[in-house]
Amino acid sequence: MSPHTGHAPGRPPRSILPWLATPALVVFVGFAVVPLVGVFALSFTTWDGIGTIHGSGLDSWRAVLTDPGLPHALWVTFLVMAVSWAVQTPLSILLGTFLAGRQRYRAVLGVVYFIPLMLSSAAIAIAYKALLDPNFGLGAGLKLPLLVQDWLGRPGLAFGVVVFVVSWQFVPFHSLIYQGGVQQIPKSLYEAAQLDGAGRIRQFFSITLPQLRYTVITSSTLMVVGSLTFFDLIFVLTEGGPGDATRVLALDMYKRGFQASLMGPASVIAVILVLVGLALALLLRRLGGRDAGASQLEGA
Amino acid sequence: MALSRRTLLGLAAGVPVSAALAACGSSGPGKSGGGATYWYLNGQPQEGVRAGAVDAFNKAHPDGRIKDTTFQNDAYKTKIKTAIGAGQAPTVIWGWGGGTLRTYAEAGQVDDLTSWFDQHPEVKKARFPSSFGAATVDGKIYAVPCDAVQPIVLYYNKRVFEKVGAEPPESWEDIMALVPRFNAKGIAPFSLGGQSRWTNMMWLEFLFDRIGGPEVFQAVIEGQKDAWSHPDAITALTRVQELVEADGFIKGFSSITADSNADQALLYTDKAAMMLHGAWSYGIQQADGGDFVPSGGLGYMNFPPVDGGKGDPSNAVGNPAQYLSLSSKATEEEKKIAKEFFATGVLQDAEVQAWIDNGSVPVRVGTEKLLAASKSADFLQLNYGIASKAKTFVQSWDQALSPTAAETLLDNVAKLFQLSVSPQQFAGNLNAVIGT
Repeated sequence: MSPHTGHAPGRPPRSILPWLATPALVVFVGFAVVPLVGVFALSFTTWDGIGTIHGSGLDSWRAVLTDPGLPHALWVTFLVMAVSWAVQTPLSILLGTFLAGRQRYRAVLGVVYFIPLMLSSAAIAIAYKALLDPNFGLGAGLKLPLLVQDWLGRPGLAFGVVVFVVSWQFVPFHSLIYQGGVQQIPKSLYEAAQLDGAGRIRQFFSITLPQLRYTVITSSTLMVVGSLTFFDLIFVLTEGGPGDATRVLALDMYKRGFQASLMGPASVIAVILVLVGLALALLLRRLGGRDAGASQLEGA
Repeated sequence: MALSRRTLLGLAAGVPVSAALAACGSSGPGKSGGGATYWYLNGQPQEGVRAGAVDAFNKAHPDGRIKDTTFQNDAYKTKIKTAIGAGQAPTVIWGWGGGTLRTYAEAGQVDDLTSWFDQHPEVKKARFPSSFGAATVDGKIYAVPCDAVQPIVLYYNKRVFEKVGAEPPESWEDIMALVPRFNAKGIAPFSLGGQSRWTNMMWLEFLFDRIGGPEVFQAVIEGQKDAWSHPDAITALTRVQELVEADGFIKGFSSITADSNADQALLYTDKAAMMLHGAWSYGIQQADGGDFVPSGGLGYMNFPPVDGGKGDPSNAVGNPAQYLSLSSKATEEEKKIAKEFFATGVLQDAEVQAWIDNGSVPVRVGTEKLLAASKSADFLQLNYGIASKAKTFVQSWDQALSPTAAETLLDNVAKLFQLSVSPQQFAGNLNAVIGT
């Protein structure tokens, strides 16, 4: 510690503080703001990704907004978001609560449950694709007719497979969040409940769930905003198919931009994607109340 | 009140991901000092032949080497476009010619090779004349035909035909009659890697030609209004849906990809009786099918006629050749190496022999003796016959059309096979992108 700096030890001088944000700011501007502006500008142009870029006003916007593919892609995106949320949240809360117990075997199980999160989405998609192959997959190999379905070839089934694989991949992560949330609930609440004669199930619904309220919001925000960007998994698994049954917004953007060489309309979709993401994030913040970060533990 | 900092941070969590996705492009592998670069498709046995030509060239030219990188088929189609657009193209661009090459040429991304061919007439003379059509844009040659001629062939499994006691089809009506016979024995009449979409498209290419003649699709290429609504086109689209409805294709075909060769495995494992596929599939079945090909289990023929159809049954569809273009963004030194490769590295004797050995007809003229001496002589002569006798050799539609129209086409082809669009809706959707 230097005696010349007239401030408390271990604290940087006030004038330095803003500079500490610089690295994060540079990364944010370089990788988020600049591309965002670029994409916004591109949405008013016509470009095949190879030749020169021509300004074309609102042509791309008009083309995308009148395309019946857009409401369909929005609907599929929303459906993936809602269904995968509805599947993942109860599972994650239950698993998280279970894992929050102190017994040793639960720690071992926790590690096992965590494994899917460590695999890349592409690897997961390829593995599931092989397992679900109607002729050479798991069902055909084990001779189980129930598993021999046209899993990725029927719109409803393919959608279900996508939701299942997404849940399989991300339930471990959200379980981990809930595990942390449950472990922070003060023991005294449960002790008091026990004295009042509340059973385990009553305790779960009257103490654990209400206390997890803000954990639910955090986890849901991650799920909802994250599901907007599902791309790799669906791309490898179904390529948006069959037909356009699993063509979510991000995939629609990629297909228009990089397969059909329509960078203008693809940029329009990108802008829409950002707007939807912003709106959802804002909405969820609102739902969580202004003081979402405040302590809600004892005496809530 | 301004947005709170926490709100902003919360938003920030969502934005970068979307923005990063929106902006995601890809850059090619770094230019490794000096030397030219060359990207092409992986997948054996073709990959080995291409790599062999590069290796031989590099041995002979230690000062001007070519660095090659390989990609999977469907991934490559996207990758190469992005790389060219980003100015990161390899020196030598492998492709299928046609509509995609036209977009490169019109954007000035590939060099005009017409004068180079004038200086090197021997390179031009050594190749099938029919291979230059898809390399030519507005009268100028932008690519060197390479690799092999790849007509689409109707393959069939002789073992299961024997088991069922059936004869190979000689007409569309025969095909429709065979379908219930194979289904009754629990064998799929046709294998199909439907998730890849272009696999389904090959059926339409033949049906359009056999029913209405090559003029029907030619009208699309020429940009005629409502060309897809031609009555013969509607008939062809209806026929293919009839085949789908009759369970002509293997159950779950929409879940199968061609890139994994699973469709071909269905044929050589006796799970399917027939398959429409490119000539390159012969080499794959020879390599992967155990003793299926050597034991004479694999049969093949050109697509049969349709009763009352206008198309000449000798007409072929497929890839007249593959093509090597020269990136206009390459340095002079890289271009010099690439041109040397075009003249003395591509389709040399060893490569020609390698193509023939894996059951392909290289696009070089005067190989009849080599073909006849090959262990695959029968298949090769069928191909050579198709390639040299076809009155019209229709280029694969997705390659002949612009990328924009091709994507709409493939999308609707998949839906047509799903029976989720009618022939009329299919025609309407595609009429909308004619001339784009």
